[in-house]
Amino acid sequence: MLETVIFSLLNGLVYGLLLFLLASGLTLIFSMMGVLNLAHAGFYMLAAYFAYTISLYMGFWFGILLAPLLVGVIGGLVERYGLRQVHQFGHVPELIFTFGVAFLLEEVVQFIWGRDQLAYNKPEILEGALFTLFGADFPIYKMFMLIVSVLIFITLFLVLKHTRIGLIIRAAVGHPQVVGMLGHNVPLIFMVTFGVGTALAGLAGAIAGPVLGTYPGMASGLGGIMFVVVIFGGLGSLGGAFIASIMIGLIQTFAIAIDGSLADVLALIGIIVTEETFMYDIWSTTMPQVAPLIPYLMMVVMLIFRPTGLMGARES
Amino acid sequence: MNKFKLMLLGASSLMLSAALPAATVQAENLTIAFIDALSGPFAATGLGSGRELKHAVEKFLNGKEVAGEKLEVEFLELDGKINPKESLVQLQNAISQGAKYIFHNSGSSVGHALVGAINKHNKRNPDNRVLYLNYGAIDPALTGSKCSFWHFMIDANVDMKVSALVDEIAKDKSVKKAFIIGQDYSFGKAFSAAAKKYLADKRPDIEIVGDQLHPIGKVKDFTPYAQKILRSKADVVMTGNWGADMINLAKSVKEIGTEANIYGIYAYGPGVSAVVGESGIGKLSIVTQGHINPPNTPEWAAYTDEFLAKHPGNDMSNERTVYGVQMLGEAFVKAGSTDPLKVAFALEDLEFTTISGDKVVMRGKDHQMQMPLQVMAHAKDGLKYDFDQSGFGVITTSSIPLENNTLETSCEMQRPS
Repeated sequence: MLETVIFSLLNGLVYGLLLFLLASGLTLIFSMMGVLNLAHAGFYMLAAYFAYTISLYMGFWFGILLAPLLVGVIGGLVERYGLRQVHQFGHVPELIFTFGVAFLLEEVVQFIWGRDQLAYNKPEILEGALFTLFGADFPIYKMFMLIVSVLIFITLFLVLKHTRIGLIIRAAVGHPQVVGMLGHNVPLIFMVTFGVGTALAGLAGAIAGPVLGTYPGMASGLGGIMFVVVIFGGLGSLGGAFIASIMIGLIQTFAIAIDGSLADVLALIGIIVTEETFMYDIWSTTMPQVAPLIPYLMMVVMLIFRPTGLMGARES
Repeated sequence: MNKFKLMLLGASSLMLSAALPAATVQAENLTIAFIDALSGPFAATGLGSGRELKHAVEKFLNGKEVAGEKLEVEFLELDGKINPKESLVQLQNAISQGAKYIFHNSGSSVGHALVGAINKHNKRNPDNRVLYLNYGAIDPALTGSKCSFWHFMIDANVDMKVSALVDEIAKDKSVKKAFIIGQDYSFGKAFSAAAKKYLADKRPDIEIVGDQLHPIGKVKDFTPYAQKILRSKADVVMTGNWGADMINLAKSVKEIGTEANIYGIYAYGPGVSAVVGESGIGKLSIVTQGHINPPNTPEWAAYTDEFLAKHPGNDMSNERTVYGVQMLGEAFVKAGSTDPLKVAFALEDLEFTTISGDKVVMRGKDHQMQMPLQVMAHAKDGLKYDFDQSGFGVITTSSIPLENNTLETSCEMQRPS
């Protein structure tokens, strides 16, 4: 039992931090522009493909260094020449625009790299197990992911809390008009935030590619989870996004580790469920099967009881 | 052109055709349609198997002499998108273009839709029947409770493959615990049910320590599942997973350091073997039909080489397309016709030696091909043919003879009188 807890804790943490890398940019973009960037997960995928291609010519390290930068630049350009043009027509066209970009990215990726999973592999130095815990190997690469994510979190936190740029960004998150009136170039701030946000998603993609697989479906479903992280953590709150990401990571990992179903719980209080029991399918569904649903359930509950999210300051 | 010239021309052509009646063999047009995913996420599989099928059709059917007439085959490639509705539209399309034979590879849901539609069509249009040659939709129901006279399965169905897989596992007396994992949809459930049934039959002493379904194509990280497998102390992992779900499962199981070996039925081929890479060496076995390494016969090696020379950068991974086509040709000759009804009767109980030397039979009772299956190991060394030029591929380690694969059928075939 203990080994399951410790191992799930570690794995949940790795997955949660990866989610945070993805969601941190999204929450800033979302709260600043009021638009959910549906293409965010697409940039995550694009970076994994970039990193793969770069790694073929220049090695793994250049891959994870250059791919996020490239994706960040593309993200900035998409904001400057796409989103900003659509902005004047209101939020719905903006949303539809990012939806279109998401589709475009997926098709472009398949067009260039094909539909099969790519052999994007870890570098040899990160191969192998770091330590063995109760017979289970903990890979060096997971620790590498963990460290990178934590470093990014600390850097982001310091930049936002203790620098002048961070101050302006935080102000723009809450009151973009006022910041604009004070003479700051708000469109530029938007563009930079969008670029940095997509670059962070890109970093997540580049380091996740070798372990979670680099294939056209790698982003599918992630968009929804990121949305949950943003809502659950609270708009524009990095701290909230951090807690929400870790929570979702842990819950999903533990849900798979547990085998129980509602039927088992009912058995404890003396109700035996058989195939003839009313709504047998619901009682017999096991935790691992409902695991993907739990984050959405969390979001619904949060919206009912605390619409601002865990640490969000404003309601809209 | 004046009348005289025209008459002369007519007369001369008449004389020509009268003079050479025996020497020229008349050509007969035959239309064959291939319905599969040619776009969308599964296009790589569809295009790949279509390429192999087309090659076989051109080689073995085009120009074949049937009852004194030379076949001229027209090959239609239609995009069914692994979608039953789209596939039915394409079936109508194929029929209206005169197709008599429909080949199809992926998707049992599509298979069921095609069988239903073709049953109806053939009943209503006795002068214009079509035959369905299925070489990849392997739901056992298609040759069981839903069997049809107009459908032939040129592949081992799920039950046969799982039964063979259990045979292979059963050989190893040190195996005490098995973990079953699959994708949470009809196929994954069918695989799990079959695995449990045959384990109970053949090795009741093996304890099933896990029976897990996971959402299809949604799991980003298989580590929690791998940890469960590790904790269960399983000796073998049995899975029907395919595509990314198979690759990522294999990677996670390797990474966590379990001793368990993985047994799959789709864990090989273009786009899979290369990505599984090192993590599958010594850990991954596959039960499937046909021969890849070694090719088993010089004819099969020569055929593969010819295919690869014509389609550089591609791989050959569906041997059954070749003998599916060859058996159809054999049935044409046996029936002395390309009429689907006669050919269907000719195909029933047709015995055939495949290009790679296997003896196969198209069982008449349920139109399920009976065939030996091969156990292959994911490997790097000793390969003649790898996949995706990656150096990785599969190598046959043992064979499961046809007799061991013969399963009962629940089929009650309705035959046209």
